[in-house]
Amino acid sequence: MEQLFDLSLLNSTVRMVTPILLAALGGSLCARVGIFNVALEGLVLVGAFGAILGNALTGNLFLAVLIAIGSVLLFSLLFAYITIHLRANEIVAGVALNFLAAGLTTFLLRTIFSVKGAYYDNEMHGLPAWDLPFLQQIPVLEQLFSGHTPLVWLAYLFVIGLHLFYFKSVAGSRLLAVGENPVAAQSIGLKVRKIQYAAILGCGLFCGLAGAQLSLGQVTMFSEGMTAGRGYIALVAMMLGQSNPVGMLASSLLFGFMDALSIRLQGLSIPTHFTLMLPYVMTVIAMFFFRDKSYLKNTGANSSAR
Amino acid sequence: METILEMERITKKYGQFTANQEISFALREGEIHAIVGENGAGKTTLMRILYGMEQPTSGTIRIHGAEKRFANPAEAIDSGIGMVHQHFMLFPSRTIAENIVIGNEPRKSIWFDRKQAIAQVGALAERFRLPIAPGQKVGDCPLGTQQRVEILKVLYNGAKIIILDEPTAVLTPLEVKELLITLRGLAEQGKSIILITHKLHEVMEVADRITVLRNGRVTGQLEASQTTVEEVSRLMVGRELDGIRRETQQAGQPLLQVNRLFIRGKKGKPLLDHVSFHVRSGEIVGIAGISGNGQSELVQALTGLLPVDEGTVLLQGKEITNRSVKQIREAGLAHIPEDRYLWGTAKEASVKDNAIMGHHRLKEFQRGGILRQRKLDQLVTGWINSFAIKTSSLANKAQNLSGGNLQKVIVAREIGHATPFLLACEPTRGVDIGAMEFIHQQLMDKRNRGEAVLLVSSELSEIMTLSDRILVMFEGKVVGELNAETATEEQISLLMAGGKQP
Repeated sequence: MEQLFDLSLLNSTVRMVTPILLAALGGSLCARVGIFNVALEGLVLVGAFGAILGNALTGNLFLAVLIAIGSVLLFSLLFAYITIHLRANEIVAGVALNFLAAGLTTFLLRTIFSVKGAYYDNEMHGLPAWDLPFLQQIPVLEQLFSGHTPLVWLAYLFVIGLHLFYFKSVAGSRLLAVGENPVAAQSIGLKVRKIQYAAILGCGLFCGLAGAQLSLGQVTMFSEGMTAGRGYIALVAMMLGQSNPVGMLASSLLFGFMDALSIRLQGLSIPTHFTLMLPYVMTVIAMFFFRDKSYLKNTGANSSAR
Repeated sequence: METILEMERITKKYGQFTANQEISFALREGEIHAIVGENGAGKTTLMRILYGMEQPTSGTIRIHGAEKRFANPAEAIDSGIGMVHQHFMLFPSRTIAENIVIGNEPRKSIWFDRKQAIAQVGALAERFRLPIAPGQKVGDCPLGTQQRVEILKVLYNGAKIIILDEPTAVLTPLEVKELLITLRGLAEQGKSIILITHKLHEVMEVADRITVLRNGRVTGQLEASQTTVEEVSRLMVGRELDGIRRETQQAGQPLLQVNRLFIRGKKGKPLLDHVSFHVRSGEIVGIAGISGNGQSELVQALTGLLPVDEGTVLLQGKEITNRSVKQIREAGLAHIPEDRYLWGTAKEASVKDNAIMGHHRLKEFQRGGILRQRKLDQLVTGWINSFAIKTSSLANKAQNLSGGNLQKVIVAREIGHATPFLLACEPTRGVDIGAMEFIHQQLMDKRNRGEAVLLVSSELSEIMTLSDRILVMFEGKVVGELNAETATEEQISLLMAGGKQP
């Protein structure tokens, strides 16, 4: 048991949770304006590919992350156009974009890098680890919070930032209003479409960062379908957390912990196929406890009014 | 009094159809001006033009003598016009204060200053004597309060002219009284109010002047103090209303017997608390009460939509307690549901499909399991003619019909079942007087044929016109039974508010 649970497991939880948390935060922006964004999986995958591509092209990590964000923003714009302008069903559009992302990244991987399955370059550097000096003084926290990339820290900052945005700022209040009753929002002169576009693009920003953390933070490589359902898990984390930043942090930590645990268990002569199931089994169990609270019901009922 | 708003020779055409034909009207400062007319008379179009939601084909709008054009509602709001919509534009999960200030929030840099919002809204509410609790969630408020929130929202945005579109449609009688007092108060403080409605008693009570529209034209402009309900309704409908023909007759055997019906509630308070009554053949029994006092539950229990915990319901001597809807209907019950969109119709389906619901089960309309469409068409066309339902075709979607016409479809269908017992809930909600009179006559005819009707309505005047006996419900109990001939409105109101039977 001691072999299984130690501080380094929690350390890797903090790391593993980041892409899920970032994507969930992004998804919540969409959910809060009444759009259920199933495309998180695809958006993160595009971000992961964009980050590696940017790194290979420029060799500059900062630019690589920017390119990751840029490519996801383009992808999000497509999603926004389809759902808001063409009024397509958001689930169908989302699923289609997920397939598009999977196909497109695989295709580009083969044409640009001429490899199949995965691309990595030993010369390539991943995101650096930042250690916060004051945390290094405290014994337990030092182990928990060492060796994390800037994106990990950023994700936790975003939890606070998004909480303040939603519940304390004027812009956030209006964004929530659009999600709760788009017709009423329109009647008081809010630009509903503009706000919905902004929310989807904001989601794209978060998913770009999630992708960069996945391909440049956790590892330094891109492999086909490397998101492995994390976008969907983020979706569940979002629903479980009621699109509430703090709630999403809690649910993401749960899934991140399962993710970390499944990797740890692989070292313990438990068949990998079982251990890899762990996060997904947890997702299914979580769905049992998930109660559809009124606000999500509202967004569903009102989406037709868009 | 000074004239604040003039609309002159406003015409609005949609293709061939003329919604407004050279309508002129003037609004004085501090007056309540009612615009009345049946559905489709052009009231709403005229107000949409004033509020910048539509552009007139011709005609001018002047405010304080200056000509104005409103390309969108925001421009109308800037000119001091505010609109309280019939369907509230509110955010139920937000507080009252947040709902009022949204779009114009008090702020500290980018942050929403909620304390300031509550203070401002509190001061505004006090100034206009509209009691509300700024920190309360709108979703927890009764509809009357929600409407006050809408009015305050308009006042917060600095409106001098306030348009209210059918403001009393969703309110209880007590809330209506409060609203009318509020409107008087606002007018005394110098606000000018346009009241769109078809409820003439309210108009006579509160309005200074009345403009009557019919088929897109002005058919009369009257001082409220110098006219009568009869005169206004004649101008509205374009003919004399006949009034309801009631034949005196002896009620027969009990058809529906309800014995000690009980439904447990969630918070220990029963939804229905041992309700007992009966309805005899040849009579209309009215159930009065402020909505939310168990009437909906009673209706759903009788029709099989809600299971009951205790008690029995007998229809023609046959027990129908907790049977399926189909079994209950086969036992001889027809049902005009209280919400025509939720329970009464399938909005996306055609008028015909909606009209034949239930009838499609009958043998005479089937051949080997296949519906006999031609025969059904005849049936529905017959109703469309006899009920004067305005629809472009049988295949027209139900949601394209006006509320009154859709209600007629439901009434035709349910009366067409020719059952010995009819449960009619809010049969004329949102229906104009012409259609209302017609529906009332249908219910009365059913009674006169020796069948039984249970009428559930929040409209006291409806209950008093039609019923032979009146039951009053309060908090899930029947708190009083009155003879309709001797009962007064005051008596019933008192019982509805929880007072004891005198």
